[in-house]
Amino acid sequence: MRTMEFAEAIESALKQAMSENPDIFLLGEDLHTLRVNLLAQFGKERVQSTPISESAFLGAGVSAAMAGLRPIVEIMLVDFIGVAADALLNHAAKVHAFSGGKWSVPLVVRASCGGGYGDGGQHEQSLWGWLAHIPGINVVVPSNPADAGNLLLSAIEADHPVIYLEHKLLADYWLDYMGTGGRENVTFDIPEAGAKGEVPNKWQPLPIGEAKILREGSDLTMISLGVSVHRCIEAAAILTNEDISTEIIDLRWVSPLDTSCIINSVSKTHRVIVVDEDYLRFGLSGEIAAIVAEEINSKFQFGRVCTDFTIPFNRNLEDNILPNVNRILDVARAFTYE
Amino acid sequence: MIFMKERTLLKLYELMYRSRFMEETITRLWNDGHIYGEMHLGIGEEAIIAGVLSHLIPGDAIATDHRGTPPFVMRGVDLEALLLEILGHPKGLCLGMGGHMHLFSQELLLTSSGIVGSSGPSAVGFALAAKYRKTNNIAVAFFGEGSMNQGMLLESLNLAAAMSLPVLFVCKDNNWAITTQSSEVTGGVLLDRVRGFGIEAREIDGSDVTTVWQAVETAIPRMRKSTKSPYFIQANCTHNEGHFLGDPLLRFHRAPRKEFGAVTGPLMKSVLQYKGGRIDKRIRSVTKVLSLIAKSRMQLSDSKDPLLRFEKDNRDLEDQFTQIKSSIQSETNLLVERIMGIIQEEGVL
Ligand SMILES: Cc1ncc(C[n+]2csc(CCOP(=O)(O)OP(=O)(O)O)c2C)c(N)n1
Ligand SMILES: [Mg+2]
Repeated sequence: MRTMEFAEAIESALKQAMSENPDIFLLGEDLHTLRVNLLAQFGKERVQSTPISESAFLGAGVSAAMAGLRPIVEIMLVDFIGVAADALLNHAAKVHAFSGGKWSVPLVVRASCGGGYGDGGQHEQSLWGWLAHIPGINVVVPSNPADAGNLLLSAIEADHPVIYLEHKLLADYWLDYMGTGGRENVTFDIPEAGAKGEVPNKWQPLPIGEAKILREGSDLTMISLGVSVHRCIEAAAILTNEDISTEIIDLRWVSPLDTSCIINSVSKTHRVIVVDEDYLRFGLSGEIAAIVAEEINSKFQFGRVCTDFTIPFNRNLEDNILPNVNRILDVARAFTYE
Repeated sequence: MIFMKERTLLKLYELMYRSRFMEETITRLWNDGHIYGEMHLGIGEEAIIAGVLSHLIPGDAIATDHRGTPPFVMRGVDLEALLLEILGHPKGLCLGMGGHMHLFSQELLLTSSGIVGSSGPSAVGFALAAKYRKTNNIAVAFFGEGSMNQGMLLESLNLAAAMSLPVLFVCKDNNWAITTQSSEVTGGVLLDRVRGFGIEAREIDGSDVTTVWQAVETAIPRMRKSTKSPYFIQANCTHNEGHFLGDPLLRFHRAPRKEFGAVTGPLMKSVLQYKGGRIDKRIRSVTKVLSLIAKSRMQLSDSKDPLLRFEKDNRDLEDQFTQIKSSIQSETNLLVERIMGIIQEEGVL
């Protein structure tokens, strides 16, 4: 075991994967600076900087993958995927089905996501529910360095499109560029266990769609992913003092969703809170409610803590719109426990 | 050469300096940690913005990019509301919702956006509305040269040409897009591209406000006439703060010891990894990045500073300039004092 920061883990896993498979290459804006260490090790054929033409280079990534390469296309911030949505929605996601399962698209789209650092509503969205809505695409959101490296390998080895989202509160260089700008007088609520932690000596892909139970409990299940997982851990510790025993599921994958993990846990606790930094309506939290309603026959209590508005620039407003510990506690305490 | 009255020159100077001093103030507030997140300044673009805006009439619309502050200042947005917004205050222009990248004024038809290229479609829509209503208004799109590779902006050029819409496309060309030199990722010549759409286009020195003013003076009357048509200006400029405050390339020049310390370790380790590309390719890649860092230094030069340039070209107006400067400084300083007072009283933003 060794210790690494979140972004360092991603880079380390990429180095391992790129050393083993010469078909893996990176495509995206400013990669000569953002991925300078990879450029230094692998040269510019493997780390290619693009113009600001997302619809073209994401679309090109789809067909480069169809041609047998293993492109990792970077969209700086997931918010910018809006300008290139067609490549995902109507192409990456469709080729396998249209070809009767004969032609696959082993594409990875890497993007930063998430808020909590005062960059406003066009730069801090999560959007994983929006993306996972499309059949044919998987979406993965690691919450700590070990998962960040291992899940990246899962994404790369998958024979279908996977969107890999790295949260900016966890990835130090993103926060440095977009949040602090090198200043020491602004601070953010960075979850320590997410930003730095033990990682394996050799990266190993994890099974696609497998969630992880971070904490076992009997009264309440919290289901979350990304940075919000750490907000759940904090809330659960407080609830322990109130005699509420919380189980926490780190979904890791928005799609495919680990439904059996969810069902097993909620069958036991009968109380579930989904803590999701993505938008409240028509997304992951509603999907989980539907799955629980479909699969569990006994009564259960359901609550959710999500983002229900355009993310404000004002830091206080922002902190209240995004899931936070107090909002989680409010929902947990409103449940009845006997 | 069109004759320019002294009054016009002084007005241009006032517009530019008001914006400059406001953004210098914003820089200070950002450095002091009162503003979160990114901060993209329009310092270095003032001549372009002032030269265009001084020709606009009420009802004209402006779509800006991520450097919206100068157009908002120069178009006459209430400065207290603007500054409060940039600080994220609930009493700001947009109630603290937007911040510097998402400024809006419905009254003045001013929009901004952090999505590269989006000012193109936005201006086209305002121009469409103006033509639909049979007014003589136009719409202006401000964007950088890097945005000229974004599909929606190219589509907007065609749309404006095909639908004969009065859009003034203003490309502020600093040849940088974050850490990319745009010339390295751009095919052909931008003006040829634009002319290919059948749009009249010209390149000018964007650090000289009189050049910009004169170019727009000739372009706009034709756009306002009943035979509407778009027009394109490519104006060169420099951002001496780089892409945004705390620009990662410029940090190498400002705090070399700290930056090189952090970067060279992992970089050399990567070059020397056993597995990887051929060694000559690796070395060439690293050399290229180092030379990019070296080139980024040219942004720090004030040789293209539009205000210095204007002062030098108009030495006879020196006394008036000094007067304008000192009155803007004291107005702005009073404003900041008042605003920081409000903020301190409330405890938090
Ligand atoms: C669609 C989209 N892609 C990428 C970005 C990230 N980004 C912000 S500004 C910028 C560079 C823009 O360059 P240019 O248009 O030349 O403007 P400048 O910053 O030089 O004024 C990039 C790539 C973005 N905001 N939106
Ligand atoms: Mg530029």
